[in-house]
Amino acid sequence: MRRFLIAGGLVATLAMMSSAALADPAKVMIPANPGGGWDGAGRQTMAALEQAGIFTEGVSFTNKGGAAGTIGLAEFVRTAKGDDNALLVTGVIMVGGIISNNTPVSLKDTTPLARLTNEYNAIAVPADSPIKTPQDFLAALKADPGALSVGGGSAGGADHVMLAQLAKAAGAPVDKINFVSFSGGEILAALGGGKIKAAISGASEFRPFAETGRIRIIAVSGPNRLEGLDAPTLTESGIPIEMGNWRGFVGGPDMTDAGRTAWLERFEKLHTADAWKETLKAQGWEDAYLAGDDFVKFIDAENEKWSASLKEVGILN
Amino acid sequence: MDILDQLISGFSVALQPINLFWALIGCALGTAVGVLPGIGPALTIALLLPVTAQIAPESAFIMFAGILYGALYGGSTTSILLNTPGESGSVMTAIEGNLMARKGRGAAALATAAIGSFVAGTIGTAALTFLAPAIAELAFIFGPEDYFALMILSFTSVAVVMGRSRVRGFTSLFFGLALGTIGIDTQTGQARMVFGSLELLDGIQFTVVLVSLFAIGETLYVASRQAAVPKVINPLSGGTWMTRDDWKRSWKPWLRGSLIGFPIGSLPAGGTEVPTFLSYTLERRLTKHPEEFGKGAIEGVAGPEAANNAAAAGILVPLLTLGLPSTATAAVLLAAFQNYGLQPGPMLFTTNPTLLWGMIASLYVGNVILLILNLPLVGLWVRLLMIPRPYIYGGIVMFAMVGVWGISTSWIDLLLVAGLGLIGYLARVYSFPVAPALIGLILGPQAEIQLRRALAVSQGDWSVLVGTPIAITLLVLAAATFLLPMLIRRLSRI
Repeated sequence: MRRFLIAGGLVATLAMMSSAALADPAKVMIPANPGGGWDGAGRQTMAALEQAGIFTEGVSFTNKGGAAGTIGLAEFVRTAKGDDNALLVTGVIMVGGIISNNTPVSLKDTTPLARLTNEYNAIAVPADSPIKTPQDFLAALKADPGALSVGGGSAGGADHVMLAQLAKAAGAPVDKINFVSFSGGEILAALGGGKIKAAISGASEFRPFAETGRIRIIAVSGPNRLEGLDAPTLTESGIPIEMGNWRGFVGGPDMTDAGRTAWLERFEKLHTADAWKETLKAQGWEDAYLAGDDFVKFIDAENEKWSASLKEVGILN
Repeated sequence: MDILDQLISGFSVALQPINLFWALIGCALGTAVGVLPGIGPALTIALLLPVTAQIAPESAFIMFAGILYGALYGGSTTSILLNTPGESGSVMTAIEGNLMARKGRGAAALATAAIGSFVAGTIGTAALTFLAPAIAELAFIFGPEDYFALMILSFTSVAVVMGRSRVRGFTSLFFGLALGTIGIDTQTGQARMVFGSLELLDGIQFTVVLVSLFAIGETLYVASRQAAVPKVINPLSGGTWMTRDDWKRSWKPWLRGSLIGFPIGSLPAGGTEVPTFLSYTLERRLTKHPEEFGKGAIEGVAGPEAANNAAAAGILVPLLTLGLPSTATAAVLLAAFQNYGLQPGPMLFTTNPTLLWGMIASLYVGNVILLILNLPLVGLWVRLLMIPRPYIYGGIVMFAMVGVWGISTSWIDLLLVAGLGLIGYLARVYSFPVAPALIGLILGPQAEIQLRRALAVSQGDWSVLVGTPIAITLLVLAAATFLLPMLIRRLSRI
């Protein structure tokens, strides 16, 4: 009997511990490996919600990277059913990825909540690269597009499309470009070590590394230069390309109205909170708050826009 | 010595009673989550983040450091006693460790795991203290082809040394590699091997395979052999402590495991698993008691346990020196740093030395606490084996199912547990090792990504795979693991 009690006690303790871990906190799916743009977006936003005292129940994160976030999306659609506290970080890359990969699940299977940030892409090269200006980059692309290995997020995403647009601007064949896909922080090590010739990704991902002198940012893709960064915009360099990268949150497939309202209220509060303004500034993100039904319409518009531009640059036939 | 001065000031932070208290809590929590499959240090630290907003950053990181190390101490306990690894880094420990426990040598296995973890954790922390900036450079030297070669070495070494024959080892490995191809391809986004099932799009979850092959397979096996095994093993028949001989056989594997674990752990795509596989292989090659491998050799516990703890220290290298997180745990720590308005990276050493050195010092302290916490528990843990089997295995199955359900609330995962559990059972009956299958599942997708990246950069030129000295060395080692035993056998016949 005593043994039985020991075993029972052990089982009960373990059960309590595991159920405590599964209690109220938000479960955030980050559809990328640790250390990339979505990782930062998910973790920083939840941290700001916590700091501003808007959502303090705790958060657990799951990183599931690859294929423009569609693997994470598939897992999210599968596992977040009926959980009002399950969130997925999403963004323009996933929209493009779903279209170009013809993924069987889409953002239509989720409950869109809010777009929060926008960020512009940047082109970076290893510190000792002979490529110094956007024109050098185009020249290298034209000379031998295959030899210029360019890292970026997933195939069919914003980074890939931007490279295709650059190739078009350079007069290089789009089907010859050499886009190498990464997920998360590995791209920084590969670029810093010269394993790839250049990389296209969010400016905020490159900046800490550029500051240490490991890599050099040669251009940004926004309408304006970034504060404190000595890199020209593509437009001012005579290359009319702008590539933004919005990020936001969606909820589970059958999120209840109550759950949706609760999260929309939280994001609305966050939007005006000081903690959030500090986060935006520290990360170099633009405020791009758009919530609820407007966000749903925006996603539809993005779908059409990306189908068109993926066809136009020749990634999608 | 500048570093020594700073380390001493770090100790003055870490040894404050309140910080010692947090370290103790972190170590205890870490040990507990290490025991449970599916709940890892990343999840625990993430859940604790809001709680720690109230305490000083130093105290919070000291607690997190305890959780990080504690999880690896705890992971070995269930591996050894129940043949059910709690973390992927403890898979190799289960192999010899559980066989030792069955022979009544569980206490010695737990002790060598705990002391090995302590030794390796301390060596790893020392390496972190003095060599971090230099080791961090490895991240830039390792290219896709080098990672691919490292994976190949892991594959061949594990498949060759595990189990009764290579055919069995490779069968298991390829089974795991096949499981790893299921789901959306990470490079092109195409769905593979899902047969139209939306449930399979995100691939087969590692935890599902881990608990099925080990816990469920083991339970079925024990249930089917109920009559043949003795009702109760006397867990203490082999003594409560390591013998002189155990010490003699353990100290070298501890050191070798640390040497393998730290550098690989510090690579952005290294992780804690690869070093344990390589350490096991190495110990099996170098041992003076080859006849004991497969029957419970202490070297097979000492090496991998040291390797995974040294790798855990290694993970902190790219995080602290470059701000580059390489694992989920590291990503949570990065978020924690940023929560306090700190950006890890080279600047951290100058902008916030109190916190950084306090944390590094607390890694030493945490190791000591974990040793003190775990060694006396050894005697208690082994008594788990005195619980009648039906209860203990009933509990294991319940936890396995609850854990899997809790992760995804997906019925298909439960079906997978049943199916893979049956495969795990058959593997036990016909002496197929299950560890290579797990290795195939963990590393297969990574090997594929690295291979395709290397080929993309080289524009399809396969010679890139032998294009760097690191890749060549690793591939030669892989070939040697595969061919040497055959050559030696043939030569000895002549």
